Amino acid sequence: MADKTTAPKTRVGKLANAAANYADERLGSAGYLKKNLNKIFPDHWSFMLGEVALYSFVILLLSGTFLTFWFDPSQRDVVYHGAYTPLSGVSMSAAYASTLHLSFDVRGGLLMRQIHHWAALIFMVAIVVHLFRVFFTGAFRKPRETNWLIGIGLLTFGIIEGFLGYSLPDDLLSGTGIRIAEAILQAIPVVGSYLAFFAFGGPFPGTSFIPRVYMVHILLLPALFLALITVHLMMVWYQKHTQFPGPGRKESNVVGYPLMPVYMAKAGGFFFVVFGVTAFLGAVASINPIWLYGPYTPGQISAGSQPDWYMGWLDGLVRMAPPLETHWLGHTISWNILLPSLVLPGIIFVGMTFYPFIEAWITGDRREHHLLDRPRNVPNRTALGAMSIAFMVIALANGGNDIIATHFHLTINGIMWFTRIGLFTVPPIVFIITKRICLSLQRADRDLVLHGRETGRLVMMPSGEMIEVHEPISDAKKWTLTQHQQPDALPAPLPEEELVGWKGKLRKRLNEAHNVQVPAATVTDLKELGDHH
Amino acid sequence: MSSYIDKVERFQDPGLPEHVHRNADHDPKAEKRAEQQVATLFILSALGTVGTIASYIWVHPQVYIYLPILGSTNVQQLCIGLGLTVATLTIGLGAIQWAKKLMPDVEQVQERHEFRSSDKERAALVKTTQEHVEETGIARRPLIKRTLGLALGVVGLSPLVLLRDLGPMPGKYFDTTSWSSGTRLMLDPANTPIRPEDLEVGAVAQVLPELPAGQERTLENIGKDAVLLIRLRPEDFNLDAERLSWTYQGIIAFSKICTHMGCAVALYEQQTHHLLCPCHQSTFDVTRAAKVIFGPAARPLPQLAITVDANGYLIAKQPFTVPIGPSFWERNSTNG
Repeated sequence: MADKTTAPKTRVGKLANAAANYADERLGSAGYLKKNLNKIFPDHWSFMLGEVALYSFVILLLSGTFLTFWFDPSQRDVVYHGAYTPLSGVSMSAAYASTLHLSFDVRGGLLMRQIHHWAALIFMVAIVVHLFRVFFTGAFRKPRETNWLIGIGLLTFGIIEGFLGYSLPDDLLSGTGIRIAEAILQAIPVVGSYLAFFAFGGPFPGTSFIPRVYMVHILLLPALFLALITVHLMMVWYQKHTQFPGPGRKESNVVGYPLMPVYMAKAGGFFFVVFGVTAFLGAVASINPIWLYGPYTPGQISAGSQPDWYMGWLDGLVRMAPPLETHWLGHTISWNILLPSLVLPGIIFVGMTFYPFIEAWITGDRREHHLLDRPRNVPNRTALGAMSIAFMVIALANGGNDIIATHFHLTINGIMWFTRIGLFTVPPIVFIITKRICLSLQRADRDLVLHGRETGRLVMMPSGEMIEVHEPISDAKKWTLTQHQQPDALPAPLPEEELVGWKGKLRKRLNEAHNVQVPAATVTDLKELGDHH
Repeated sequence: MSSYIDKVERFQDPGLPEHVHRNADHDPKAEKRAEQQVATLFILSALGTVGTIASYIWVHPQVYIYLPILGSTNVQQLCIGLGLTVATLTIGLGAIQWAKKLMPDVEQVQERHEFRSSDKERAALVKTTQEHVEETGIARRPLIKRTLGLALGVVGLSPLVLLRDLGPMPGKYFDTTSWSSGTRLMLDPANTPIRPEDLEVGAVAQVLPELPAGQERTLENIGKDAVLLIRLRPEDFNLDAERLSWTYQGIIAFSKICTHMGCAVALYEQQTHHLLCPCHQSTFDVTRAAKVIFGPAARPLPQLAITVDANGYLIAKQPFTVPIGPSFWERNSTNG
């Protein structure tokens, strides 16, 4: 029942009132909505990365739905007669012909294809960079481990979804990708040839694979994405977002702007910005011009065959793998396929999945964390992340070795040996350098707090000595630079006497490495220095 | 625990900084200006939509122009795309500008709630759960417990079995090709037989086996049967007597399907007599029976023994002696 004194006067107001009333009398939604519309979200540019992933997913759903109206997921033979005359009269699969139709005869079809492909690339970039943010700031720590796991799931399914998506047009390039996928299946010990036959409904390429992939690409995986994203967001909502340390920001609070109206306007606006950028790329930047590749046939190939970037690291590992096979009792085990395309990625993804639990085991830290780490303050973790990125970059570079070779006039042999050796030597070097840089940055923070900011003003003393004037930094900045947990105050993961055996010793060793830190500046330090200034 | 850090005096949190007002908060002119900026962006968006629809209706779908960097571009797709860009981007920028300049920008503080339930509640949950488990009597009725375990353990087998018809059994499929002794080599895509004199020294040709009359060539056939013919000077070969006898007047035939991951080994380097697979750069030396000289492939490309028939057409002497293409578990690789 509307209260007479607060009843709105305008038409819109009355309508809104009536709607709210209707919902509340059936769902009791007023209390819940009131509370949640005022929910506070902290503000930081890096918190938009996950948003980009979410919005590009929405763009993928919209543009993908458009594409399904014309795409024919069938490998039956047709003869093409469409607007693209160079392929006129050529026999091809209906999938490829309908993709040509979409690109040349449907108004806006090419645009939608390109938007869809660009959105997929942006989706994967956003997921990966979002993962970096979460990793380097320690946002995965208790209580957010579950969301980390969901995130890894989304990343994994994203890679698969992307690969299946660009396999659908059945052009020469994508068909070659499918051929490689079939070879990986075929290489699995014991069940490989059965798996390959079951996946393809018989011999490669057959006529079953694209219809099956289509179902997985437009129904199964999107449904999974929707479910996982929903839970991912609900957890963020319920647990409240993490925030960077700073004045007034505590473990026990969240500082930022309310959902309504500021955050809604910013986030809603940001969706349109992401859409606009994707539309712009789709309009001007040609991507996957399948008509240039021609229809798939197993007897042909295009030079410079490249997967999309999120598969590129896998391809790079495959390219640098040593030519190893075991021939044993009439059986063949292809290490050259299994190691780079299944074993190594398996180890990487399992390691990534369990990282939050491994770190908690090392530190023995069972507390909740809502304040993010500044990456420099956790040198070991930051170095580990940088090391993993270095590994991936090297693998990815070898995935484009043919392109690099032709563009920079290098030999494939040189690049392969560089990446083969680099894959094992560069990451440890990156680890050491990153850890040192982190510690140096901590030292710089300490100096900044104790000695102030360099003003660039030079003063000549009566003695003729030149000095640069330093200016104290603000209290807010001092707090930001010194608030972090000091390892000295951290409890050991376990009492010393329990850290025995190889596991205990390993834990102790890792714990020590994890806690290497430059002590933060304190008021005591400042007082001691006082006399010298 | 008393440690160094407990004994020193640390910096204190000075609390939230004071709110700084924006221009638009106290200057009506700035406020008006911000309002106009937002409105302009929204109007631009509407114009973008008009442009999109106009391009859809009135720009001819088959007109291409050449643009620097972009290359040959379909005008209609470009116009629709740029229209859509303006229509969406400006809504976004307008909304963000609105939020940044005109909506309240005072940071607010909300307390977090503790996730952990009280000990009392936790104890109550444990108790209730135990009671419910107790009501089922599962602990007292091991027969039910075990049979349920059995049923749940095997119920997942049905969907697995039901998936069996996804495809036939592979059988010996991976071991065989359409080549047999006497099969004529047919040029692809012309599908005509080929004589040795049709191939000059240094030339390459893709051939496929002649299929029995009435049988149509499928992609599955090509994926296993594709063969590359390469003609060298006979003195360039570095082969043992058997393999040399598999060549004919300097013409050598290899399976075109890479022994690594099945791509078409399509790049032939005439000067070095190397065959290169563009997928993962496995490189094979044609003069030494396609021995792997670089890359991840572990086995040479299978060689097809060739000769000529009575009419002078190239034919296969015998089927491939080893399975072609990538490895698989059942592949007996002891003889190559």
